[in-house]
Amino acid sequence: MQNLTANNVGMIYKLPNGGSVEALKDVSFDLERGRILTLLGPSGCGKTTLLNILAGFLAPTSGSVSLSGKEIRGPGQDRGMVFQQGALFEWLSVEKNVGFGPNMNGVPVAQTKKIVDDLLATVGLAGFGDKAVYELSGGMQQRVALARCLANDPEVILMDEPLGALDALTREKMQGLILKLWNETGKTIILVTHSVEEALFLGDRLFVMAPRPGRIEREYELPFAKMGLTANVRELKTSPEFIEKREEILSLIWEMEEEIMGSRGEVL
Amino acid sequence: MAENKTDTENTGANPILVMLGLAQVGTTERKTVTFGDASAITGSRFWSIVSVVVLIALWFVSAAFEWTDSTFLPSPQSTWAKFYEVFQEGYRNVSLWENIWSSLRRVLYGFGLGCLLGIPIGFAMGLSNTLRGIFDPIVEFFRPIPPLAFIPLFILWFGIGEQSKVLLLFFAAFWVMVIAARSGVLSVKLSKVRAAYSLGASKLQILTYVILPNALPEVFIGMRVALGVCWGTLVAAELIAAQEGLGQMIWVAQKFFLTEIVFFGIILIGVIGVIMDLLLRLLERWLIPWRGKG
Repeated sequence: MQNLTANNVGMIYKLPNGGSVEALKDVSFDLERGRILTLLGPSGCGKTTLLNILAGFLAPTSGSVSLSGKEIRGPGQDRGMVFQQGALFEWLSVEKNVGFGPNMNGVPVAQTKKIVDDLLATVGLAGFGDKAVYELSGGMQQRVALARCLANDPEVILMDEPLGALDALTREKMQGLILKLWNETGKTIILVTHSVEEALFLGDRLFVMAPRPGRIEREYELPFAKMGLTANVRELKTSPEFIEKREEILSLIWEMEEEIMGSRGEVL
Repeated sequence: MAENKTDTENTGANPILVMLGLAQVGTTERKTVTFGDASAITGSRFWSIVSVVVLIALWFVSAAFEWTDSTFLPSPQSTWAKFYEVFQEGYRNVSLWENIWSSLRRVLYGFGLGCLLGIPIGFAMGLSNTLRGIFDPIVEFFRPIPPLAFIPLFILWFGIGEQSKVLLLFFAAFWVMVIAARSGVLSVKLSKVRAAYSLGASKLQILTYVILPNALPEVFIGMRVALGVCWGTLVAAELIAAQEGLGQMIWVAQKFFLTEIVFFGIILIGVIGVIMDLLLRLLERWLIPWRGKG
C-alpha cells in the first residue's frame, strides 16, 4: 500500500489584524501509486498550500496527510519537488545540480556519476553535464530540475507550476517529457497548474479547486494522459472530447471567478 | 569563399574604433534613440583617454606658466623628482615601502577583522529571528555614525598605539560586512532552500551548499565597499600619532610645506586603492562566475 492520502485537511492562516483566512477546508483524497494528479483552480483556491502540505513544508491546522500509511510531518526524500524556474543552484554545474541529492546523502562518487549520466540521457541532456545552469534555456533548466528530483528516486513527485514560465512550444514538449517520465518510472505525480489544457492533458486524475474556503470542487478521471503517450498531441488536444472537457472546466472556473468578483463587489 | 571574406571585412566594424567606443556593433549601431537606454551607454574609451590626457596636460601647463605659487601647486616634474628622491632615500628615516606597508597592514588588519566578525554576525542575523532582534538596534544605531567620531574615544581607551588605528578601521569595515552578509543570506530564494530540504540536505548542508554560495555575491560587494571605506579612513586613522604610514607622511610633509610629497602621497593612495579594488574584482570574477545569473 503506497497511497498518498489526505484526511480532512484544513488550513487556517491567522492574519495580523486578528482575523483569519481559511485556505483549505476538509480536503480528503486517496491517490493510488502511479497516478498523475493535476490541481487546477483560480488563484487563492489553496492548490499551492495543499502541495506544500504534501511536501511537508507546511503543517495543516486540522486533519493529516500520509504516504504509504506514514504521516507526513516534514520534508523528506520520498517526496521530490520541482518548482518553477529559478530553483536550480546556479553556482553548481548541471551535473552537480542533478547529483545534489545523492551527494548530500553520501552516495559514492562513482555511483552518483552513473545516476547523473543516466538521468541526463533520460531528460535529453546527455553531454550537457559540465555546462553552467545559466547557460541553458528555460526548457533545458526545467529538464535539469526534473532530473535533479529523480536522482533521489522519490516515491512521489510534487510539481508546483513547473512549466509556468516557458513559452508555448517548449511547454508542449515538456508536457510530453513529463508523461514519458511518468510512464517509464511509474512514479506518483501531483502537478499544480494554471493552464486548463495542461491540467486536462497531464492529469489522469484532475481536481478543480474552488476558493473561500479552498476545497476540491469537482473531480475528474481522464483518459488523455495515457492516450498522450502514443497519440498525436495536437490531434488529441483538438479532439471533440478534449475540447468539450476543456470548455466545461473553463466555464466552471469562470463562474468561480465571477462569484469572487461579486462578493468583492459587495464588500466594496 | 574569398569573396565572402572580403565582404565581411568591408561590412564588419573596425575593431580599433569599437575598442575606443567610437563605433557600435550589433543592434546598438542601428538604434534611433539611445538617450535613457542603459544598454547603449557603455562609456567611450576615447573620451576617457582624452579626459586623463587633458587633466595631466593642464597640470603641466599651469605649473609651466606659474598660474599659482609652486608651494601650493608643484610642477609634475618636481613632484616626480621628489617621489624619486623619497623612493630612493625615504622621508625622515622611513622608506617609502615602509610607509606603504604600515598603511596596508593597518587596513588589512582592520578590514580582515571586520570580515571575520562581521560576516558570521550578518549570517546569524539572516538565519535567526532572535539574533536578528538582538543585533538589529545595535547595527542600525552604529552604522550611520562616521568612524572618525570614535577617534577621541579610542585614544582614551586604547591609547595612541597601533591598536586604536586598527580598531578604527575595523569599525569602518564591520558594519558594512554585517549588513552585506545579512542581506546576502536573506536574498536566498525559498524554492532553492525547499528543493534542498526535499533532496535530503541537513540544516548544516543547507547552510554550506545553498545559503553560503547564494550569499557570496553580496558578501563580495560588501568587501569591496568595506575595503574602500577602510582605505578612505586610513589618513584619518594615521592622525593618531603615527610614526609611519602614507597618511602620516602627508600630514608631516604638509607642516613643512613639502607640497610635492603631499601630491605624490595622494596619487599613491589613489593608485593603491584602485589596485586593491581591481584585485577584489578579479577574485570575484574567478570565485563567483554565476553572479547576477540566478
